[in-house]
Amino acid sequence: MTPAQRRWVFGVGIAGLAAFYLWGLSGLPGFGNYPGPYGFIILRLAVGQTHATGVVSAINFSYRGFDTVGEEFILFTAAAGTAVVLRLLRGERERSAVDQAADRDVPPTSGAVRIVALLFTGPVVVMGWWLASHAQTSPSGGFQGGVILATAFILLYLSGEFLVFKRFSPVDLTDLVEAVGAGGFAAIGVAAVPMGLAFLTNYLPLGQFPGAVSSSGTIALISFFVGMEVAAAFILIIGELLEQTLLIRQGR
Amino acid sequence: MTAAVHTTYTVPIGFMDALQITILIMVAAGATAVVLVRRQVHQVLVLSIYGVLLAVLFLAFQAPDVTLSELTVGAVVLPVVLLLALAKMRKREQ
Repeated sequence: MTPAQRRWVFGVGIAGLAAFYLWGLSGLPGFGNYPGPYGFIILRLAVGQTHATGVVSAINFSYRGFDTVGEEFILFTAAAGTAVVLRLLRGERERSAVDQAADRDVPPTSGAVRIVALLFTGPVVVMGWWLASHAQTSPSGGFQGGVILATAFILLYLSGEFLVFKRFSPVDLTDLVEAVGAGGFAAIGVAAVPMGLAFLTNYLPLGQFPGAVSSSGTIALISFFVGMEVAAAFILIIGELLEQTLLIRQGR
Repeated sequence: MTAAVHTTYTVPIGFMDALQITILIMVAAGATAVVLVRRQVHQVLVLSIYGVLLAVLFLAFQAPDVTLSELTVGAVVLPVVLLLALAKMRKREQ
């Protein structure tokens, strides 16, 4: 294909894309105009029905809980997939767990980096834990809390070496936490079925008043399990990538 | 239509519009910068800054829950994953 022909094909493609894009844009509702009824209904009913003042969490873990189970297992599968793809292959071997680069000397981690990373590790853990356990009262939730918890382990790696990261997140334990998190969510949902309720019905007591940490029944509990699953999944993925980068080499 | 309610969080009329438009422009500039920077490690660092911009955008559009996710995934976890992949590739080339 000559360059002129290519330009012609590109021109037709881009013109078609622009036409469809503008056509689509012309049919959009105005900025900030919400045409559907469900948002308004949920906003009116959610706090009274679920006793969760974090309405986003009420939607994620109760009204649309079924979607969230799916998302949960997408991440679960992604972590498992990473572990399978990045396993030690034939013709590869593991090296010592010390940082090194091929083309230059690795400077030792500076004291400033170590201290900043260590100073932040504790607060990051507290923040992640708080977010994962306060989905019912704030715009947080298990996913946000879990990811932030996982970044505490990245800080651990920055403050020391890969071995430190491994000591604080042994693969067996992280696997277990991930499985309990994902399984816990599913188990809470399935437990409603023997009671004659639909999957993921909120069957726990909702608490005395909306906005209390102990309120919202299964929503708070599910969020916490999601936090466990997400934190463990991200730690596993980062750990696998670190291992692949630092330890595994071609050849014997 | 909602009536104007005055709370401690009320901002001057037009303030949120100005804020949202400013941040939209910054996000567009950030996204362009990510594409234009060609050195891979630099590109990852710009991508991390772009993640922070995107998080601020979500905050300005009243989605603080998405902000929290984007702040960690876009600004920390994704750059870390990419840097590790780059380090691995550099080793293999050598």
